[in-house]
Amino acid sequence: MYASASAVYDAAPFAAAAPRRLTVGVADGTGTGGWDWRASVAARVGTVAGAWEGTGVRARVAAPRRTPGRPRIRALRRGLVPLALVVLAVALLGCDAPMSTSEIEGSWNKEVWKPYWVIIWLAGIVFVAIMAATIVLSLMYRERPGREARQIHGNTKFEVVWTIIPVVIVLVMMVPTLDSLFKLDEEPPADALKVEVIGHQWWFEFRYPELDIVTANELHIPEGRVVDYALRSVDVIHSFWVPQLAGKVDMVPGRDNRMAFSALNARPEPYLGQCVEFCGTSHANMRFRVFVHTAEDFERWAREQAAPRVSSVSRTAEEAFLAAPCLGCHTVRGTNAAGIAGPNLTHVGSRTTIGSGMLENTPAELRRWIANSSAVKPGSKMPPMAQSAGGTLTDEQIDVIIGYLQSLK
Amino acid sequence: MATVAGTLAQPTHTGVWSWITTVDHKRIGVLYGVSGFSFFLWGGLLALLMRTQLAVPNGTVIESDRFSQLFTMHALTMIFLAIMPMGAGFFNYMIPLMIGARDVAFPRLNALSYWTFLGGASILSLSFFFEAPGGGWFNYAPLSERPYSDGSGIDFYVVGLLTLGLSSLMAALNFAVTIINLRAPGMTMMRMPVFVWMTFVISVLLILALPPLTVGLIQLLFDRQFGTHFFIATEGGDPLLWQHIFWVFGHPEVYILILPAMGIVSEVLPTFSRKPLFGYPAVVFSGIAIAVLSWVVWSHHMFTTGMGSVPRAVFAVNTMIIGVPTGIKVFNWLATLYGGSIRFTTAMYFAVAFIATFTIGGISGVMHASPPVDSQHQDTYFVVAHLHYVLFGGAIMGIFAGIYYWFPKMTGRFLSEALGRWHFWLLFIGMNMTFFPMHFLGIAGMPRRIYTYDDGLDWGFWNMFATIGSYVIAVSLLIFLVNFFRSVRQEPTAEANPWNAPTLEWGTSSPPPEHDFDAIYTVRARDPLWYDRDHGIAPPEVTGEHIHMPPPSYYPILIAIGITLLGVGALSHLAVSALGGVIAYYGVWGWALEPTD
Repeated sequence: MYASASAVYDAAPFAAAAPRRLTVGVADGTGTGGWDWRASVAARVGTVAGAWEGTGVRARVAAPRRTPGRPRIRALRRGLVPLALVVLAVALLGCDAPMSTSEIEGSWNKEVWKPYWVIIWLAGIVFVAIMAATIVLSLMYRERPGREARQIHGNTKFEVVWTIIPVVIVLVMMVPTLDSLFKLDEEPPADALKVEVIGHQWWFEFRYPELDIVTANELHIPEGRVVDYALRSVDVIHSFWVPQLAGKVDMVPGRDNRMAFSALNARPEPYLGQCVEFCGTSHANMRFRVFVHTAEDFERWAREQAAPRVSSVSRTAEEAFLAAPCLGCHTVRGTNAAGIAGPNLTHVGSRTTIGSGMLENTPAELRRWIANSSAVKPGSKMPPMAQSAGGTLTDEQIDVIIGYLQSLK
Repeated sequence: MATVAGTLAQPTHTGVWSWITTVDHKRIGVLYGVSGFSFFLWGGLLALLMRTQLAVPNGTVIESDRFSQLFTMHALTMIFLAIMPMGAGFFNYMIPLMIGARDVAFPRLNALSYWTFLGGASILSLSFFFEAPGGGWFNYAPLSERPYSDGSGIDFYVVGLLTLGLSSLMAALNFAVTIINLRAPGMTMMRMPVFVWMTFVISVLLILALPPLTVGLIQLLFDRQFGTHFFIATEGGDPLLWQHIFWVFGHPEVYILILPAMGIVSEVLPTFSRKPLFGYPAVVFSGIAIAVLSWVVWSHHMFTTGMGSVPRAVFAVNTMIIGVPTGIKVFNWLATLYGGSIRFTTAMYFAVAFIATFTIGGISGVMHASPPVDSQHQDTYFVVAHLHYVLFGGAIMGIFAGIYYWFPKMTGRFLSEALGRWHFWLLFIGMNMTFFPMHFLGIAGMPRRIYTYDDGLDWGFWNMFATIGSYVIAVSLLIFLVNFFRSVRQEPTAEANPWNAPTLEWGTSSPPPEHDFDAIYTVRARDPLWYDRDHGIAPPEVTGEHIHMPPPSYYPILIAIGITLLGVGALSHLAVSALGGVIAYYGVWGWALEPTD
């Protein structure tokens, strides 16, 4: 989706190296190997048709086979190559998704992918080895006339070997894991930007204590600067997650969780975030956006947001707004609207979305929202406002309020 | 294979009353199995509804709160009402037979376990008629507390699980005692079949894991009913306390679900490879190691809750170490195939597929043992993929292997192998179609437990793919049902040991007589029937003396009704509880004084 996606593709060892590994099997084969798949299928159909007779020995359609074992394995490898390619190709489709965890746009995610690649490699090797062993052993040792099962009870040497193998794999995973784990928990630098993230059912509040900014559902941060997040919740447990930038950390009531990371690249499109701890009715709709700016752009944004509401608003519209029930839950700095249950609206006109990322911030969508928000977002704590939905406001009053909100840039 | 076939068969009792009052471990096993499978189909139906809703972006089939109830009840049904009882069905039926005994140690307690299970299952399932719990099976506080979940759903959860926990605890004690005390002469611990070992291990796990859950549930009950604040932060409680309590039960629970399947596979693979299990001691001890380690890994469910670096490091290391005994098991199963003469029956297909699909679940499990990686995996579809590869690819595959393997023993009839192949391949394909793409969805950032998602996030294709897969699974299960009902209507043709298997349950007729064995075996080796065959040892002689079996009793179901009413009273009116108490008291009294002849 974005330009940086290709960098991730290039870094993917699966895409680059795995198929090459697998083609070794083809290279040493003659190309016209010894395994006739049609005959094998015929044999298989024969076994099914012959069904189980309960006699202990089953009649089996003889499959024309040459040397047992080896050619079959070679043929299997040939089959695995296209299969692996298909699986990889489709798997990578997920990589440029807007919420892809494999797109590295933040310092935290960069750290995550250090152990991740090691683990993916090991997982891939184990996966291929066990699948191949299962298939090969199943095919090689199928019953056939004259075959006697070898009565082996075990072998201590083998037991030791395959105890050591997983131990080694696990040790190799542990080293980068612990390294990254402790790095992610390092204290942020003193000049880190402090942001408080507060979870509400079902929206995110963002506070910048040093900059005197309070906003909701749209987080703005400067590129390259570490942000020190304090994660809290006023009701149930939520979780703060922007997959392309960082992993998640929960927002637990009564706790003060911390995480620190920087966004690597400023860009016009926002990064998408979402609550990922189940938090009730509108958990699926608890979304937010992260805008990453250059340092200068961020300063400009912060200056605008720190100011009370713009002075150019229409006074009559403001009076209409203050006369409506809105001020019970919402704050507009510079007026006597000082509610704290809902998002701070001082600069709501500057946001791109409303309803925690559910709707575009347009007059039509604002009307839907104000008229009856729970029709858009199930469980929404904001009561319906339109008289048609059981509220107190006429359509004309709502129009005036929409105009007012839009002007709060 | 010369075997004595139920020559001493006593008159069989039939009719509904005989099932209600039965204390025969085999009948109780059948009751567990049939109930468990019915709940499996019900839980699957709930899953189909969810997959239908998620097939396309912004789906409109199911609304938000109902969806929460579906994923909560799907998990609870599959874990507590399907996989656990289906496992219990096999323990009940097979353990006494496999250790050469005539029944379990406490036959009436066994019946009480079943009826209490049915009571708890009814409480949980009937909640759909009032308000089903919608807080997830993990039911995190404070969402589960009064201020955020005012309806009765969470109370159904609490009471249902308390009742089910009681049932499991009784069953676990019964089987631990049975396995320790009732083994046939010569069956030392290290000659027990692996399935018996795994049952013993999970009995111990259950005895230790259920108390913390019970404590947590009662704390939650007190929070909701009597105004305590164990999990409410604003009143000085701690929501994370619930998570610790829940997962200290919840992680051993995962092994309680998977170890029986590992046991079944460890029986099926040797039988159809026609050679002994490779590395029996290694398989047994790695099973024990998994059980022990399962107590020191619970916080890996909580890596993102803001625990410090050191605890996360410790739990990460512990979790990765579980990969070692699990790996040892997989290697030994594969080595069991090596050098064999493998007869690919449907049971064997399921057992071999188990190795493959369970391994996938194991690998992804070790992946998110790494806390940095888990910070991206946690609560995404990657974890959904992982847990279904363990529980569907593991537990359910193992259970189907067990059904096809033991069906002739339990009914005297064979399931059709041809329909079995259709069932297997469709299930295998459908299962992988459904759950493998969930890895991609997780990496593409799709959170769990969302009832809807926006277009434009690139999640649509794989969701549709997974939904199609879930319908393929449904078709495969229909084929199984046809197979089942066709087979039970056939004439019984199965001899005592149709698969030429090595363990004692195949040393008596199919189905076994009420007293299991006409004469008790003396066990001389780990694979007793093979040993006897190879050394020309005849089955034990029938002496013809009277075999005393416990008489039927209606007190177990009476006490179970009392216990269930105690719970129902907590959901409705105290008078119902009082009635339940009286019934349970009367039942216990009658039970104690009941003559045993």
